[in-house]
Amino acid sequence: MAQQTTNLDPQAGALTRFLRATEIDTRLLGMVAALLLIWVGFHLYGVILNGKGAFLTPRNLWNITVQTASVGIMACGMTLVIITRNIDLSVGSLLGFSAMMMGMFQVEWYPQLVGLGHWSIVVLTILLGLAVGTAVGAFHGWLVAYRGIPAFIVTLGGLLVWRGAAFLLARGRTISPVDSNFALLGGGPYGSVGAFWSWVIGLAGCAAVLWLIWAGRRSRARHDFPQRPMWAEYFLAALGCGLCLGTTLLVNSYPWPKGIVDQYAQRHGITVPEEGLFISHGFALPVLILLVVAIVMTIIMNRTRFGRYVYAIGGNPDAALLAGINVKWMIVKIFALMGFLTGLSAVVASARLNSATNALGTLDELYVIAAAVIGGTSLAGGVGTIYGAVLGALVMQSLQSGMVLIGFDAAIQNIVVGAVLVLAVYVDTLYRKRVK
Amino acid sequence: MGRNPNTGTPLVEMRDISIAFGGIKAVNHVSVDLYAGEVVGLLGHNGAGKSTLIKCLSGAYQKDAGQIFINGQEVEINNPRDARKYNIETIYQTLALADNLDAASNLFLGREIVGPGGFVDDTAMEAETRKIMARLNPNFRKFNVPVSALSGGQRQSVAIARAVYFNAKILIMDEPTAALGPHETQMVAELIQELKSQGLGIFLIEHDIHAVMDLCDRAVVMKNGEKVGTVNVNEVTDEDILGMIILGKRPPQAY
Ligand SMILES: Nc1ncnc2c1ncn2[C@@H]1O[C@H](COP(=O)(O)OP(=O)(O)O)[C@@H](O)[C@H]1O
Ligand SMILES: [Mg+2]
Repeated sequence: MAQQTTNLDPQAGALTRFLRATEIDTRLLGMVAALLLIWVGFHLYGVILNGKGAFLTPRNLWNITVQTASVGIMACGMTLVIITRNIDLSVGSLLGFSAMMMGMFQVEWYPQLVGLGHWSIVVLTILLGLAVGTAVGAFHGWLVAYRGIPAFIVTLGGLLVWRGAAFLLARGRTISPVDSNFALLGGGPYGSVGAFWSWVIGLAGCAAVLWLIWAGRRSRARHDFPQRPMWAEYFLAALGCGLCLGTTLLVNSYPWPKGIVDQYAQRHGITVPEEGLFISHGFALPVLILLVVAIVMTIIMNRTRFGRYVYAIGGNPDAALLAGINVKWMIVKIFALMGFLTGLSAVVASARLNSATNALGTLDELYVIAAAVIGGTSLAGGVGTIYGAVLGALVMQSLQSGMVLIGFDAAIQNIVVGAVLVLAVYVDTLYRKRVK
Repeated sequence: MGRNPNTGTPLVEMRDISIAFGGIKAVNHVSVDLYAGEVVGLLGHNGAGKSTLIKCLSGAYQKDAGQIFINGQEVEINNPRDARKYNIETIYQTLALADNLDAASNLFLGREIVGPGGFVDDTAMEAETRKIMARLNPNFRKFNVPVSALSGGQRQSVAIARAVYFNAKILIMDEPTAALGPHETQMVAELIQELKSQGLGIFLIEHDIHAVMDLCDRAVVMKNGEKVGTVNVNEVTDEDILGMIILGKRPPQAY
């Protein structure tokens, strides 16, 4: 059979045909539109009121990418939890507990054995944080799956229990500063990879985009499946590469502040020229961690049995059971994964703050759930994507940063976040009704 | 007196099966058997215990008492995976499809084709699905949409394809035509005959007495969780069978 192209209904409008050919779904488009609206809106607000917009600047956007990391990492896990018709309200508290365990370990317990600044501190601290998160998550999952307690109740209890446990660990003290290697994981000038490696990453991203498109065509050709039209492939390739390179350009155009440059120059015996030295931040480590998490989780969801079973359980738990899937054990694994990612988030969040405080992660459960839902994860179960969750996290962080920038205080921020969460679920309900 | 026309070792023998939910004895000391190449109808009113009985065979429920033999060997079936191990495939009354997944993902659910690195090979699964559907339902086109977008008949053909693809030796069909139009019902009937001629043993739960007379070799009638009796379909009239179902009255041909 000759290669055929996807059937395009000539009656359909240009936009419909375009979307069908590129296989871009309308939800994704809506999300991107919302994001751009928020960005432009906050920027214009500054332009109009102060004569100068502060939102669409390399500095602000770079900061937003870093601040998105913690919520974004957890939102990837929350997507699986919600797809399987559960919820996890404990992630903010578990983040706090995990961070406090790591804080105590790296500041008060372990250095007594090996001395401050020992190389093993960072490694063991991270392992501890991940282990604590995974163990608590698995325990929640066991209570839900094998003891039949609704996830809502288990994790609502966890919300109080782990926040309380974090307090007891340090009696409410703030533990700081953290190990200097550990602190790099929070980002900042030294915790970023610089211009060169950012270009390497950006170009690797382009290569990956092109490879994915090529591999998709090859695999469809092998089975004589319909192909996307060539112009759609070129469009997708251009879009993907443009995103990779544009992001790289953005993070590279935010320079180190002068103080850090002088300190760095002095330490390395460089003389700083009159007009200053432009050293790029590049991608911050927490952003790279988020990227790796998102990519690995996407592969897990789309290309492994585990991911397939997550969707199947969400779509019809009885059918999953009858198909021989061990649904209870899957639920334990999903909550354990959520806990693992919460532990990883705790690493990023406490490293960024350079301390473990009792309030760390407060209200994060709201941001994380909102991110997943805005990203298209349906509370009815069975539907959701990782890229959606990350985009959702970016939307939430953009909202929050924008509000801080224009001087809204915490009370108004809370009102907006709460309203946005409810609105997102409402929109999801409407969308699903229309699709049916 | 009628008697079982088959000789030799049955493909399946369920002996003295009992299962209760709370106080309700859903299945009470029921024995049935099934030989290769025959269709055995399971009949009875709603709530008679038909679905519950076959769920003990498909691994969805665990029997409280009784024994199950496959080819004369006693087996333990504790979950759906055990049943699949013995080539028992089931088409459930509720179809048991994950609505949010496409036909191929449903067909291979729990038995995905994995390529190098342990990654599921969606293209290969879709290709296999296209092949089997070309045989079972040549008009089927909707390969890339969730099965929630399919009609009752199309969903049914996905459920049937799942059983056929994995080389069922023992096929359980729980009211396979309940949600179908006449044309699709006819399609299922032809398929049952084809599978039977290939040597499968089929348990068919079916309410339409004419379909039973057409398709089944033997019929087992249940009432209130108990077995009324078994008849060879060619030795009785449909009135005899209806009498068993409604009144629990055994005709002289029953055994
Ligand atoms: N999971 C269950 N829990 C409680 N009762 C059940 C369950 N499954 C079946 N039953 C009961 O067992 C009896 C037989 O049901 P079923 O096997 O579905 O009948 P049939 O398929 O013949 O219509 C009914 O009284 C039903 O209510
Ligand atoms: Mg039934």
